[in-house]
Amino acid sequence: MNSRNAPLLPVPCAAGEGAEGGWGRSSVLPPSPLRGPSPASGGRESLASIRSFFLGVCVVVVALVLSSNAFAIDPLPFKDRAEEVRFQKLTKQLRCLVCQNQDLADSDADLAKDLRKQVFDMMQSGKSDTEIKEYLVARYNDFVLYDPPLKPGTWLLWFAPFAFVLVGVFVVARILRARAQQAGGVRPADTESGDDW
Amino acid sequence: MINRLLPLAIFLGLVGLLGFGIYWNTHHEMTEVPSPLIGKPAPAFTLPLLYEPDKTLSGKDLLGKPYLLNVFGSWCPTCQFEHPILTGQIKPLGIKLIGLDWKDEPEDAKRWIAQFGNPYDAVITDRDGRSGIDFGVYMAPETFLIDAEGIVRYKRIGMFTPQNIRDELLPKIAELTGKSAKKATP
Repeated sequence: MNSRNAPLLPVPCAAGEGAEGGWGRSSVLPPSPLRGPSPASGGRESLASIRSFFLGVCVVVVALVLSSNAFAIDPLPFKDRAEEVRFQKLTKQLRCLVCQNQDLADSDADLAKDLRKQVFDMMQSGKSDTEIKEYLVARYNDFVLYDPPLKPGTWLLWFAPFAFVLVGVFVVARILRARAQQAGGVRPADTESGDDW
Repeated sequence: MINRLLPLAIFLGLVGLLGFGIYWNTHHEMTEVPSPLIGKPAPAFTLPLLYEPDKTLSGKDLLGKPYLLNVFGSWCPTCQFEHPILTGQIKPLGIKLIGLDWKDEPEDAKRWIAQFGNPYDAVITDRDGRSGIDFGVYMAPETFLIDAEGIVRYKRIGMFTPQNIRDELLPKIAELTGKSAKKATP
Protein backbone atom coordinates (compact mmCIF):
# COMPACT_ATOMS: atom_id res chain seq x y z
CA MET A 1 0.00 0.00 0.00
CA ASN A 2 2.77 2.35 0.93
CA SER A 3 4.74 1.85 -2.18
CA ARG A 4 1.68 2.58 -4.26
CA ASN A 5 0.76 5.70 -2.37
CA ALA A 6 4.27 6.90 -1.83
CA PRO A 7 4.77 10.25 -3.48
CA LEU A 8 7.16 10.08 -6.32
CA LEU A 9 10.37 11.90 -5.86
CA PRO A 10 11.06 14.92 -8.01
CA VAL A 11 14.28 13.33 -9.23
CA PRO A 12 15.74 9.89 -8.82
CA CYS A 13 18.09 9.69 -5.90
CA ALA A 14 21.55 9.81 -7.30
CA ALA A 15 24.71 10.64 -5.55
CA GLY A 16 26.37 13.75 -6.82
CA GLU A 17 29.88 13.69 -8.07
CA GLY A 18 30.98 14.90 -4.69
CA ALA A 19 29.66 11.71 -3.10
CA GLU A 20 31.88 9.59 -5.25
CA GLY A 21 34.92 8.55 -3.32
CA GLY A 22 38.45 8.37 -4.59
CA TRP A 23 37.91 4.78 -5.61
CA GLY A 24 35.28 5.67 -8.14
CA ARG A 25 37.80 7.79 -9.91
CA SER A 26 40.47 5.18 -10.09
CA SER A 27 39.10 4.15 -13.46
CA VAL A 28 40.86 7.14 -14.99
CA LEU A 29 44.23 5.73 -14.02
CA PRO A 30 46.40 4.22 -16.75
CA PRO A 31 46.23 0.46 -17.23
CA SER A 32 48.15 -1.86 -14.98
CA PRO A 33 51.89 -2.10 -15.66
CA LEU A 34 51.66 -5.89 -15.58
CA ARG A 35 49.84 -5.78 -18.86
CA GLY A 36 52.20 -3.14 -20.17
CA PRO A 37 55.76 -3.91 -21.30
CA SER A 38 56.45 -7.54 -22.07
CA PRO A 39 58.90 -9.35 -19.76
CA ALA A 40 61.21 -9.89 -22.69
CA SER A 41 61.98 -6.20 -23.01
CA GLY A 42 64.72 -6.36 -20.40
CA GLY A 43 64.69 -6.10 -16.61
CA ARG A 44 66.19 -2.63 -16.29
CA GLU A 45 63.85 -1.13 -18.84
CA SER A 46 60.71 -2.62 -17.28
CA LEU A 47 61.89 -1.55 -13.82
CA ALA A 48 62.21 2.01 -15.08
CA SER A 49 58.82 1.90 -16.74
CA ILE A 50 57.23 0.54 -13.57
CA ARG A 51 58.90 3.29 -11.60
CA SER A 52 57.70 5.96 -13.98
CA PHE A 53 54.25 4.41 -13.93
CA PHE A 54 54.04 4.67 -10.15
CA LEU A 55 55.36 8.20 -10.32
CA GLY A 56 52.55 8.92 -12.75
CA VAL A 57 50.01 7.33 -10.43
CA CYS A 58 51.25 9.49 -7.56
CA VAL A 59 50.97 12.62 -9.66
CA VAL A 60 47.43 11.72 -10.73
CA VAL A 61 46.37 10.88 -7.18
CA VAL A 62 47.85 14.08 -5.77
CA ALA A 63 46.22 16.08 -8.55
CA LEU A 64 42.86 14.47 -7.84
CA VAL A 65 43.17 15.14 -4.11
CA LEU A 66 44.13 18.75 -4.68
CA SER A 67 41.43 19.28 -7.23
CA SER A 68 38.72 17.52 -5.25
CA ASN A 69 36.85 20.79 -5.00
CA ALA A 70 36.67 20.92 -8.75
CA PHE A 71 34.37 17.92 -8.42
CA ALA A 72 31.89 19.87 -6.28
CA ILE A 73 28.36 19.36 -7.50
CA ASP A 74 27.47 22.87 -8.50
CA PRO A 75 30.27 25.39 -8.49
CA LEU A 76 29.26 28.31 -6.30
CA PRO A 77 31.17 31.57 -6.38
CA PHE A 78 32.86 31.40 -2.98
CA LYS A 79 34.91 34.43 -2.17
CA ASP A 80 37.60 32.47 -0.35
CA ARG A 81 38.60 29.05 0.85
CA ALA A 82 37.32 29.67 4.40
CA GLU A 83 33.83 30.38 3.13
CA GLU A 84 33.86 27.24 1.04
CA VAL A 85 35.00 25.15 4.00
CA ARG A 86 32.21 26.66 6.11
CA PHE A 87 29.67 25.88 3.39
CA GLN A 88 30.84 22.30 3.08
CA LYS A 89 30.82 21.81 6.83
CA LEU A 90 27.33 23.27 7.16
CA THR A 91 25.78 21.31 4.31
CA LYS A 92 27.29 18.11 5.72
CA GLN A 93 25.18 18.64 8.84
CA LEU A 94 21.96 19.07 6.89
CA ARG A 95 19.83 16.28 5.53
CA CYS A 96 18.51 16.12 2.01
CA LEU A 97 14.73 15.81 2.25
CA VAL A 98 14.45 13.85 -0.96
CA CYS A 99 17.18 11.28 -0.52
CA GLN A 100 16.77 11.10 3.19
CA ASN A 101 19.95 9.24 4.00
CA GLN A 102 22.14 11.69 2.18
CA ASP A 103 23.37 14.99 3.43
CA LEU A 104 22.77 18.18 1.55
CA ALA A 105 26.39 18.39 0.45
CA ASP A 106 26.30 15.02 -1.29
CA SER A 107 22.84 14.87 -2.76
CA ASP A 108 22.22 15.43 -6.42
CA ALA A 109 18.46 15.82 -5.98
CA ASP A 110 17.02 18.92 -7.54
CA LEU A 111 15.64 20.18 -4.25
CA ALA A 112 19.05 19.70 -2.63
CA LYS A 113 20.54 21.99 -5.29
CA ASP A 114 17.93 24.62 -4.48
CA LEU A 115 18.58 24.28 -0.77
CA ARG A 116 22.34 24.51 -1.27
CA LYS A 117 21.76 27.67 -3.26
CA GLN A 118 19.55 28.97 -0.45
CA VAL A 119 22.21 28.18 2.16
CA PHE A 120 24.82 29.88 0.00
CA ASP A 121 22.66 32.98 -0.49
CA MET A 122 22.00 33.20 3.22
CA MET A 123 25.72 32.94 3.92
CA GLN A 124 26.29 35.78 1.46
CA SER A 125 23.77 37.94 3.27
CA GLY A 126 25.70 37.45 6.49
CA LYS A 127 23.50 34.89 8.24
CA SER A 128 25.15 32.71 10.88
CA ASP A 129 25.14 28.92 10.74
CA THR A 130 22.58 28.88 13.55
CA GLU A 131 20.28 31.24 11.67
CA ILE A 132 20.52 29.14 8.54
CA LYS A 133 19.71 25.99 10.50
CA GLU A 134 16.77 27.72 12.18
CA TYR A 135 15.49 28.81 8.78
CA LEU A 136 15.49 25.23 7.53
CA VAL A 137 14.09 23.76 10.75
CA ALA A 138 11.19 26.24 10.60
CA ARG A 139 10.30 24.77 7.21
CA TYR A 140 11.37 21.16 7.31
CA ASN A 141 11.44 20.26 10.99
CA ASP A 142 14.35 19.05 13.12
CA PHE A 143 14.57 16.23 10.62
CA VAL A 144 16.86 18.36 8.43
CA LEU A 145 19.48 18.28 11.16
CA TYR A 146 21.64 15.20 11.29
CA ASP A 147 22.40 16.01 14.92
CA PRO A 148 19.05 16.05 16.74
CA PRO A 149 18.75 18.86 19.29
CA LEU A 150 18.39 18.05 22.98
CA LYS A 151 14.86 18.94 24.04
CA PRO A 152 11.99 17.21 25.90
CA GLY A 153 10.80 15.51 22.71
CA THR A 154 14.19 13.92 22.11
CA TRP A 155 15.05 12.97 25.69
CA LEU A 156 14.13 9.37 25.01
CA LEU A 157 16.44 9.35 22.01
CA TRP A 158 19.35 10.84 23.90
CA PHE A 159 19.01 9.18 27.29
CA ALA A 160 17.46 5.76 26.59
CA PRO A 161 20.87 4.23 25.79
CA PHE A 162 22.22 5.37 29.15
CA ALA A 163 19.10 4.06 30.85
CA PHE A 164 19.62 0.68 29.20
CA VAL A 165 23.25 0.61 30.37
CA LEU A 166 22.13 1.44 33.91
CA VAL A 167 19.55 -1.35 33.84
CA GLY A 168 22.21 -3.72 32.56
CA VAL A 169 24.66 -2.72 35.30
CA PHE A 170 21.94 -3.22 37.89
CA VAL A 171 21.07 -6.70 36.58
CA VAL A 172 24.70 -7.78 36.38
CA ALA A 173 25.36 -6.47 39.88
CA ARG A 174 22.43 -8.47 41.22
CA ILE A 175 23.55 -11.65 39.54
CA LEU A 176 27.09 -11.21 40.77
CA ARG A 177 25.93 -10.55 44.29
CA ALA A 178 23.72 -13.62 44.24
CA ARG A 179 26.61 -15.75 43.01
CA ALA A 180 28.97 -14.34 45.61
CA GLN A 181 26.48 -15.23 48.34
CA GLN A 182 26.10 -18.71 46.92
CA ALA A 183 29.80 -19.27 46.66
CA GLY A 184 30.27 -18.00 50.21
CA GLY A 185 27.64 -19.94 52.12
CA VAL A 186 26.34 -22.82 50.04
CA ARG A 187 27.86 -26.06 48.82
CA PRO A 188 28.74 -26.25 45.08
CA ALA A 189 26.10 -28.96 44.49
CA ASP A 190 23.38 -26.40 45.26
CA THR A 191 24.19 -24.27 42.23
CA GLU A 192 21.95 -26.57 40.22
CA SER A 193 18.99 -25.26 42.14
CA GLY A 194 17.61 -23.25 39.27
CA ASP A 195 19.39 -20.14 38.07
CA ASP A 196 22.09 -21.85 36.09
CA TRP A 197 21.07 -20.29 32.82
CA MET B 1 11.00 -21.66 38.08
CA ILE B 2 10.61 -17.93 37.64
CA ASN B 3 14.28 -17.70 36.79
CA ARG B 4 13.89 -20.34 34.12
CA LEU B 5 11.01 -18.52 32.51
CA LEU B 6 12.71 -15.15 32.60
CA PRO B 7 14.70 -15.61 29.33
CA LEU B 8 11.53 -16.70 27.59
CA ALA B 9 9.71 -13.65 28.92
CA ILE B 10 12.51 -11.34 27.75
CA PHE B 11 12.48 -13.05 24.36
CA LEU B 12 8.73 -12.68 24.02
CA GLY B 13 9.05 -9.05 25.05
CA LEU B 14 11.59 -8.48 22.27
CA VAL B 15 9.39 -10.30 19.74
CA GLY B 16 6.51 -8.05 20.76
CA LEU B 17 8.65 -4.93 20.39
CA LEU B 18 9.94 -5.92 16.94
CA GLY B 19 6.48 -6.99 15.85
CA PHE B 20 5.14 -3.62 16.87
CA GLY B 21 7.93 -2.00 14.85
CA ILE B 22 6.91 -3.94 11.75
CA TYR B 23 3.25 -3.08 12.30
CA TRP B 24 4.13 0.59 12.76
CA ASN B 25 6.28 0.72 9.63
CA THR B 26 3.62 -0.84 7.45
CA HIS B 27 1.01 1.64 8.65
CA HIS B 28 3.11 4.77 8.45
CA GLU B 29 5.00 6.40 5.65
CA MET B 30 8.43 6.53 7.21
CA THR B 31 9.82 9.08 4.79
CA GLU B 32 7.15 11.63 5.70
CA VAL B 33 8.52 14.64 7.45
CA PRO B 34 5.78 16.14 9.63
CA SER B 35 5.34 19.79 8.78
CA PRO B 36 6.29 22.27 11.48
CA LEU B 37 3.79 24.67 9.89
CA ILE B 38 0.64 22.98 11.21
CA GLY B 39 -1.15 25.46 13.47
CA LYS B 40 1.04 28.31 12.29
CA PRO B 41 0.36 31.03 9.74
CA ALA B 42 1.04 29.94 6.19
CA PRO B 43 4.21 31.51 4.80
CA ALA B 44 3.58 34.71 2.88
CA PHE B 45 3.64 34.33 -0.87
CA THR B 46 2.91 36.52 -3.86
CA LEU B 47 3.14 34.57 -7.06
CA PRO B 48 2.15 35.17 -10.69
CA LEU B 49 -0.96 33.49 -12.03
CA LEU B 50 -0.32 30.83 -14.63
CA TYR B 51 -2.94 32.16 -17.04
CA GLU B 52 -2.39 35.86 -16.33
CA PRO B 53 1.35 36.16 -15.64
CA ASP B 54 1.13 39.95 -15.16
CA LYS B 55 -1.20 39.46 -12.21
CA THR B 56 -0.22 37.94 -8.90
CA LEU B 57 -2.08 36.14 -6.16
CA SER B 58 -0.93 36.40 -2.56
CA GLY B 59 -1.79 34.63 0.65
CA LYS B 60 -3.53 37.79 1.81
CA ASP B 61 -5.87 37.73 -1.18
CA LEU B 62 -7.06 34.32 -0.07
CA LEU B 63 -7.90 35.19 3.55
CA GLY B 64 -11.52 34.93 4.57
CA LYS B 65 -12.29 31.43 3.38
CA PRO B 66 -10.50 28.15 3.88
CA TYR B 67 -8.71 26.79 0.83
CA LEU B 68 -6.55 23.93 -0.32
CA LEU B 69 -3.15 24.65 -1.78
CA ASN B 70 -2.14 21.77 -4.01
CA VAL B 71 1.53 21.67 -4.98
CA PHE B 72 1.98 19.99 -8.33
CA GLY B 73 4.17 20.00 -11.40
CA SER B 74 3.83 18.78 -14.94
CA TRP B 75 7.03 16.76 -14.36
CA CYS B 76 5.47 14.87 -11.46
CA PRO B 77 3.94 11.48 -12.34
CA THR B 78 2.13 11.09 -9.02
CA CYS B 79 0.37 14.40 -9.65
CA GLN B 80 -1.02 12.80 -12.77
CA PHE B 81 -2.36 9.92 -10.67
CA GLU B 82 -3.80 12.36 -8.20
CA HIS B 83 -5.42 14.51 -10.86
CA PRO B 84 -8.66 12.50 -11.30
CA ILE B 85 -9.08 12.47 -7.52
CA LEU B 86 -8.78 16.25 -7.42
CA THR B 87 -11.35 16.53 -10.16
CA GLY B 88 -13.70 13.81 -8.98
CA GLN B 89 -13.51 14.02 -5.19
CA ILE B 90 -11.90 17.24 -4.01
CA LYS B 91 -13.58 19.68 -6.35
CA PRO B 92 -17.13 18.52 -5.40
CA LEU B 93 -16.33 19.36 -1.75
CA GLY B 94 -16.79 22.99 -2.70
CA ILE B 95 -13.62 24.18 -1.00
CA LYS B 96 -11.45 26.58 -2.98
CA LEU B 97 -8.59 24.71 -4.65
CA ILE B 98 -5.46 26.64 -5.55
CA GLY B 99 -2.79 24.95 -7.64
CA LEU B 100 0.84 25.80 -6.97
CA ASP B 101 2.85 24.87 -10.03
CA TRP B 102 6.18 24.06 -8.42
CA LYS B 103 9.56 24.20 -10.16
CA ASP B 104 7.97 23.97 -13.54
CA GLU B 105 7.86 25.75 -16.87
CA PRO B 106 4.56 27.63 -17.30
CA GLU B 107 4.22 26.32 -20.86
CA ASP B 108 4.57 22.72 -19.66
CA ALA B 109 2.04 23.32 -16.90
CA LYS B 110 -0.46 24.80 -19.34
CA ARG B 111 -0.07 21.83 -21.65
CA TRP B 112 -0.46 19.43 -18.72
CA ILE B 113 -3.66 21.12 -17.54
CA ALA B 114 -4.99 21.32 -21.08
CA GLN B 115 -4.45 17.59 -21.43
CA PHE B 116 -5.95 16.43 -18.12
CA GLY B 117 -8.40 19.22 -17.26
CA ASN B 118 -8.32 22.02 -14.76
CA PRO B 119 -9.68 21.29 -11.30
CA TYR B 120 -8.17 24.49 -9.88
CA ASP B 121 -9.87 27.76 -9.03
CA ALA B 122 -6.55 29.46 -9.67
CA VAL B 123 -3.06 28.30 -10.55
CA ILE B 124 0.02 30.17 -9.37
CA THR B 125 3.54 29.51 -10.52
CA ASP B 126 6.62 29.07 -8.38
CA ARG B 127 9.22 28.66 -11.03
CA ASP B 128 12.38 28.80 -8.91
CA GLY B 129 10.82 26.85 -6.03
CA ARG B 130 11.43 29.50 -3.37
CA SER B 131 7.85 29.55 -2.12
CA GLY B 132 7.90 25.78 -2.15
CA ILE B 133 10.87 25.88 0.21
CA ASP B 134 9.00 28.36 2.44
CA PHE B 135 6.16 25.87 2.65
CA GLY B 136 8.57 23.06 3.39
CA VAL B 137 7.65 21.23 0.21
CA TYR B 138 10.02 18.41 -0.62
CA MET B 139 7.95 16.19 -2.85
CA ALA B 140 5.04 16.64 -5.14
CA PRO B 141 2.15 16.39 -4.80
CA GLU B 142 1.69 17.99 -1.42
CA THR B 143 -1.49 19.68 -0.28
CA PHE B 144 -2.05 22.21 2.51
CA LEU B 145 -5.39 23.02 4.10
CA ILE B 146 -5.30 26.69 5.10
CA ASP B 147 -8.12 28.21 7.11
CA ALA B 148 -9.87 31.58 6.77
CA GLU B 149 -7.31 33.24 9.02
CA GLY B 150 -4.43 31.91 6.98
CA ILE B 151 -3.40 29.22 9.47
CA VAL B 152 -2.15 25.89 8.10
CA ARG B 153 -4.46 23.20 9.48
CA TYR B 154 -3.39 20.06 7.69
CA LYS B 155 -0.82 18.86 5.23
CA ARG B 156 -1.00 15.86 2.98
CA ILE B 157 2.35 14.62 1.70
CA GLY B 158 1.86 12.60 -1.44
CA MET B 159 -1.33 12.05 -3.37
CA PHE B 160 -4.82 12.09 -1.94
CA THR B 161 -6.59 8.78 -1.93
CA PRO B 162 -10.31 8.21 -1.28
CA GLN B 163 -9.26 6.72 2.05
CA ASN B 164 -7.28 9.66 3.37
CA ILE B 165 -9.82 12.14 2.03
CA ARG B 166 -12.45 10.36 4.14
CA ASP B 167 -10.28 9.78 7.22
CA GLU B 168 -8.19 12.94 7.33
CA LEU B 169 -9.28 15.73 5.02
CA LEU B 170 -13.05 15.66 5.52
CA PRO B 171 -12.88 15.81 9.35
CA LYS B 172 -10.41 18.70 9.11
CA ILE B 173 -12.63 20.62 6.70
CA ALA B 174 -15.68 19.90 8.88
CA GLU B 175 -13.76 21.33 11.84
CA LEU B 176 -13.10 24.54 9.92
CA THR B 177 -16.54 25.04 8.47
CA GLY B 178 -18.11 24.19 11.84
CA LYS B 179 -15.93 26.79 13.46
CA SER B 180 -16.58 29.48 10.88
CA ALA B 181 -20.33 28.75 11.05
CA LYS B 182 -20.27 29.29 14.80
CA LYS B 183 -18.36 32.49 14.32
CA ALA B 184 -20.83 33.70 11.73
CA THR B 185 -23.77 33.37 14.16
CA PRO B 186 -22.83 35.17 17.34
